[in-house]
Amino acid sequence: MSAPATAVQISGLVKRYGGATALGGLSMTAEFGQVTALLGPNGAGKTTTVEICEGFRRPDEGSVRVLGLDPADPSVKPRIGVMLQSGGVPATARAGEFLTLVASFYASPVEPAVLLDRLGLTEHARTPYRRLSGGQQQRLALATAVIGRPELVFLDEPTAGLDPQARHATWELIEELRASGVAVLLTTHYMDEAERLADKVVIVDGGRVVAEGSPSSLTGAERQLRFRARPGLGLDELVTALPAGSAAKESPAGHYLIEGEVQPELLATVTAWCASHGVLAEDLRIERRTLEDVFLELTGRELRS
Amino acid sequence: MTTFTPAPGAAPLPRMISAQTGYELRTLLRNGEQLLLTLVIPIVLLVLFSGTSLVDVGGGSRVDFLTPGILALAVLSTSFTGQAIGTGFERRYGVLKRLGATPLPRSGLIGAKTLTVIIVEALQAVVIAVVALVMGWHPHGNPLAVLLLLLLGTAAFSGFGLLMAGTLRAEATLAAANLVYVLLLILGGVVFPLTKFPSGLRSVLDLLPISALADGLRQVLQHGSALPGKDLLILLVWAIAGLTLAARFFRWE
Repeated sequence: MSAPATAVQISGLVKRYGGATALGGLSMTAEFGQVTALLGPNGAGKTTTVEICEGFRRPDEGSVRVLGLDPADPSVKPRIGVMLQSGGVPATARAGEFLTLVASFYASPVEPAVLLDRLGLTEHARTPYRRLSGGQQQRLALATAVIGRPELVFLDEPTAGLDPQARHATWELIEELRASGVAVLLTTHYMDEAERLADKVVIVDGGRVVAEGSPSSLTGAERQLRFRARPGLGLDELVTALPAGSAAKESPAGHYLIEGEVQPELLATVTAWCASHGVLAEDLRIERRTLEDVFLELTGRELRS
Repeated sequence: MTTFTPAPGAAPLPRMISAQTGYELRTLLRNGEQLLLTLVIPIVLLVLFSGTSLVDVGGGSRVDFLTPGILALAVLSTSFTGQAIGTGFERRYGVLKRLGATPLPRSGLIGAKTLTVIIVEALQAVVIAVVALVMGWHPHGNPLAVLLLLLLGTAAFSGFGLLMAGTLRAEATLAAANLVYVLLLILGGVVFPLTKFPSGLRSVLDLLPISALADGLRQVLQHGSALPGKDLLILLVWAIAGLTLAARFFRWE
């Protein structure tokens, strides 16, 4: 089994549903020993991309290689792990029983009891799937995705609806997969998850990649200054005192954001201006842009259906 | 080597199929509604109508007339109704899709479902035969002819059960599969002899797969015929039609 250098290679992927274009020429890669996070608003094409890689859907145009093979190639199946966004387990199946069933399809699976324990499901091993909480159902789906010791794992929103403990257990498991050399391709809506886990973030919108890179390369070196004060300060006057290229805004009321090249002089100017106006700037802080800022900048702030 | 160091590979196909079959059997046997359908209803009908004169079976031993019909009903309940409902909900809950991402091939899944149906039918046949024998049943004929009829009937009902499960919504399948079960129970010569129906209607009802199966089993088990050619032919046509349509139109998600 000669492993290709790249786990997933997608180029120019196009998928149409009826008249609607779900993917309009998407290209990306996912590497072994890395976590690649697909980020995007609802309807951006994340699930469609993952499901094409999993072999559930056929692309209309473009090329997809999974482990160097066509996703429809049956020899791909034993080598990948799949966690669907929801469902996939019979309502009456007991958690341990279903995990054991899936394990029996693989040559050298992880011991089901070990995985149940890792994911805090041991005491629910005999509970029917329909009686598990949403978070427990998610963890069982995750367990079925990794039990076959795959080289490549697809996780569609692995932590949606999880409580903080379960999220951390899931993150630790994903980090262990990466450390073991597994390629992980996941989708998520959680920016902190992408920032914490991903080696590479791929931001998708309207069926195309709008940005990709490591979380730190995407957020860049840019900083911003935030503070709270009484609403309605005369920001136009403040901006004239700041270095050229700076911007100031109030949103929501009483919350101020200064963007631009944040240097010591800028900080001094802002505090001096506040002092001269009798304004006490509370929660004053200088921070890097977050992935969420970048994401909203790229994909817009309007609500998506 | 850590817990998750990749060690991919599929289990041997026979092991996958036996695991899936074991899982399906356990699921079926602890499902109360399924047991009602596959065992309780056939046994109740057999005991009720053999032990009373509620139905005019047209002379002869009541249990000898009823047992072949009840065997046909058992095949209908498992290969058609039970399989359609079970598979329909598996499709609806994404189970078929999820299993499609494992090394278990689709042919392996169908193989496991078929094995499950055959094992459950064997259990049903044993229980029905024991109850019938206790009630004075005297079977005749060649067991191989009986086996051939049961297998062809299973193929015919499975084809249409899977066609329904793979094309309709799960709730529609649930309703339709139960409705068909009741209609075929009443109109298919299972407990009510087709000779009691008007002849025009009867010539149509004779062509139903349940009628062919019940009549064929009766020809062999009650009257000792060698091979009921017409009934076998009817079942064969239904089997080919059902399985062909299911293969063509079944949607996995």
